[in-house]
Amino acid sequence: MPNKAPDHIVKSFDEELRRLREQILAMGGRAEAQLVDAVAALAKRDSEKAVRVIESDKNIDAIEMQVAQDSLKVLALRQPMAKDLREVVAAIKISSDIERIGDYAKNIAKRALQLNQLAPLRPTSSIPRMGDLAVKLISAVLSAYANDDADGLLAAWRSDESIDEMYNSLFRELLTYMMEDPRNIGASTHLLFIAKNIERIGDHATNIAETVHFLVHGKPIDETRPKGDTTNVAINA
Amino acid sequence: MSDAKMNGTAAARPNPRPNLSQQWIRRRYAAERRFRLYGLLAVAAAIAMLAVLLVSIVGRGYSAFYQTQVSLDVFLDPAEIAADGRTDADTLMGANYMALVRESLRGIFPEVTGRTERRDLNRLISNSAGDVVRTAVMDDPSLIGQTIRLTFPLDDKIGMLHKGFIDRNLPESERVVSDREIAWYDRLVSEGLVSTGLNWNFLSKGDSREPEQAGILGAFMGSMFTMLVTIVLALPLGVMSAIYLEEFAPKNRVTELIEVNINNLAAVPSIVFGLLGLAVLLGVFGMPRSAPLVGGVVLSLMTLPTVIIATRAALKAVPPSIREAAYGVGASPLQVVLHHVLPLATPGIMTGAIIGLARALGESAPLLMIGMVAFIVDVPGAVTDPATVLPVQIYLWADSPERAFIEKTSAGIMVLLAFLITMNAIAIFVRRRFERRW
Amino acid sequence: MNAISPAMSKMSGRKVTVHYGQKQALFDVNLEIPERMVTALIGPSGCRKSTFLRCLNRMNDVIDGCRVGGEIVLDGQDIYDASLDVVMLRARIGMVFQKPNPFPKSIYDNVAYGPRIHGMGATKAELDEIVESSLTRAGLWNEVKDRLDQPGTGLSGGQQQRLCIARAIAVSPEVILMDEPCSALDPIATAKIEELIDELRENFTIVIVTHSMQQAARVSQKTAFFHLGYLIEWGDTEQIFTSPKDERTQGYITGRFG
Repeated sequence: MPNKAPDHIVKSFDEELRRLREQILAMGGRAEAQLVDAVAALAKRDSEKAVRVIESDKNIDAIEMQVAQDSLKVLALRQPMAKDLREVVAAIKISSDIERIGDYAKNIAKRALQLNQLAPLRPTSSIPRMGDLAVKLISAVLSAYANDDADGLLAAWRSDESIDEMYNSLFRELLTYMMEDPRNIGASTHLLFIAKNIERIGDHATNIAETVHFLVHGKPIDETRPKGDTTNVAINA
Repeated sequence: MSDAKMNGTAAARPNPRPNLSQQWIRRRYAAERRFRLYGLLAVAAAIAMLAVLLVSIVGRGYSAFYQTQVSLDVFLDPAEIAADGRTDADTLMGANYMALVRESLRGIFPEVTGRTERRDLNRLISNSAGDVVRTAVMDDPSLIGQTIRLTFPLDDKIGMLHKGFIDRNLPESERVVSDREIAWYDRLVSEGLVSTGLNWNFLSKGDSREPEQAGILGAFMGSMFTMLVTIVLALPLGVMSAIYLEEFAPKNRVTELIEVNINNLAAVPSIVFGLLGLAVLLGVFGMPRSAPLVGGVVLSLMTLPTVIIATRAALKAVPPSIREAAYGVGASPLQVVLHHVLPLATPGIMTGAIIGLARALGESAPLLMIGMVAFIVDVPGAVTDPATVLPVQIYLWADSPERAFIEKTSAGIMVLLAFLITMNAIAIFVRRRFERRW
Repeated sequence: MNAISPAMSKMSGRKVTVHYGQKQALFDVNLEIPERMVTALIGPSGCRKSTFLRCLNRMNDVIDGCRVGGEIVLDGQDIYDASLDVVMLRARIGMVFQKPNPFPKSIYDNVAYGPRIHGMGATKAELDEIVESSLTRAGLWNEVKDRLDQPGTGLSGGQQQRLCIARAIAVSPEVILMDEPCSALDPIATAKIEELIDELRENFTIVIVTHSMQQAARVSQKTAFFHLGYLIEWGDTEQIFTSPKDERTQGYITGRFG
């Protein structure tokens, strides 16, 4: 780890903080895999995989509960200060973001199950590209967290913008499909929600990036957040 | 990292368990009991020695507070007292009262006629007997012409005989009292004239060559005056110098030098102070010899270092937190000392001062140098009167050959001890008073 | 961003140095103490935070061989200036010590002592009023009003410390210095003192030295971190305890050294 602080005088404190971080990373890894599997289940019309994704979401929830409890314990018993305090607060925030990511992955898998019953729709192919971007974003953010390194973070943080842009174009595309043939409305709506879920996952990853930046530097990112989702405007257009 | 490795192995091996056996514990308690026993023995030995000392002194000295008296009917012959009918003070003062007492004694022993025998007979009675009669007559001149019964102290040798310090069974040549004197004494006893009474002389008179007339009051008053001078000089001087040195003086070489010298002065043999007094006070300033004033000055010089050291210790013992608290609310250095430090240090200062004074009270060597060893009969009435002090008086009596002075010596020590105990009691009382405040 | 406008600053140290004999104890400390705020001085033992505190009311004057350099300014006036009387200075800057140190006098006399020597309260009634208001402000009045004539040393540790605070505020100082005022107290007594400090902030400028970082975080608005005789970092308490700038501050407050 770069610029690693020296150990605490109380060794068990170090141990607790390390475990907290490990739990978060494990949780992030699971959420990332969930997203990969959910998108794959959709692309390959693999219903079995989708069911597995839905079922394993509760593992992530369990880890989140554990992280919440451990954080509370550290806060109550160690009264952490400065970096340690940020570490604990970051753990709480990141874990809840990851939990949301897991929930979205689960939702994607559920909709994939539905879609697999219907005829395949062409824009399905752009969903995996969007998913890939989101996965890359998550893994970049998590590795920044693991390495306590906020330098590479800004690039990843900005990549959320391209997810938003892809979501915008998909939104317009699906809109035309639905106008062409009302029978496409059911499948298109599912796809639209899946795309929105991935877009939300990107937002949560961005949240994590911001948290990691605060954790490392003790202050928020100076730039304003990239905002690529213009669908609310597009509807009126 | 060899030390890290060492730590590792040392931490890995658990320490041995404590020895919890009964035998081990018994040994520890036995050692403690032994230690306490030694302590107890030491205390017991100290108490025993003190007891031996006190018993031997009191045992020898208590009898000095009593005297053997004889009661005689004395005819206050106007021809002897006021031959020409005058009764003015001078005449009464100058009369030969001793002759009246001797006359009365002859009345009891009419068979004694020889010149030498008569003289020996007269010696049975202390030659202070005349004073007794004179006092009686001066008090009430109307008694002249009457016969009154008066009580006179017997001579110290007879007193010793009466108190049983002289062994009648010794051969006459080894006795200070002759067979004839014993016979006379026995006759007086058989006539019921001999009695024992409180020895007021001892407590109310100055020194005398005659043991039955020697009193401690002169030395006692001498000691009082000397102590008075010592207190008046040593206490304010000592306390003031200590406060200045401890609280105000800058800590530099000069004050350090002064400090070292004060400590040295405390260890200087007391006789040196006597020599100083002799050379400076008597020699240069021409102060009166044998006066409590000079003695007090010398003793206060001797006591000063003790008082300074004790006072500084007492000041140092005042917790710095109190000083800080006082400075913290804006007290000036003088206010800190007067309002806070001094009241808290007073018990310690008092103790130190009393210890110094007690030492001065028991001191005789420096006073010998300035002439307070002289034989002085009068009770001093001022600090400039010639006087002696209790320890010197004891020394003088211990040096005297008469048997009766042995008990006087011990009695003198008792008075000195009583004086000391009183002083210490006052010290404890003062301490308590000041400490009692909180 | 920590700069305090001079108008707000009650006291300030400029390049303050302290020598004990040949040994330098404090190095070029520059610190502003804002008015009506609590400034906490923290740092490991021997970091000279108490030394600095004692410079502020010239308590170091009492110590032999102690020399103070630089400038300490109270309301624009150098307190080490020869024209400033140290006794008057200490009337303006009160102090509360680590160990509760009431005078061995009655509770009343403890509080009344300062006003008496400074010629406040000419009559008994005025003095009574000062004593009552000081004890009330120190939160002690209700506990001691029936036994003002009893010794102050008979109170509990926490009460003694509040008595010392009452004694300090009785002379209406502008600044109160506190040298680890709670280190000898239990948590409840500590909480009472902390609450009191928070209330006193309305009327007094307070500088507190404390070993407890939690206490500094709880009671102060500004925190200064001392280490080995240097002022390492100072600023808003919030900032010091969430995101200190200096590695040493970070290491100390997170329990990595000190």
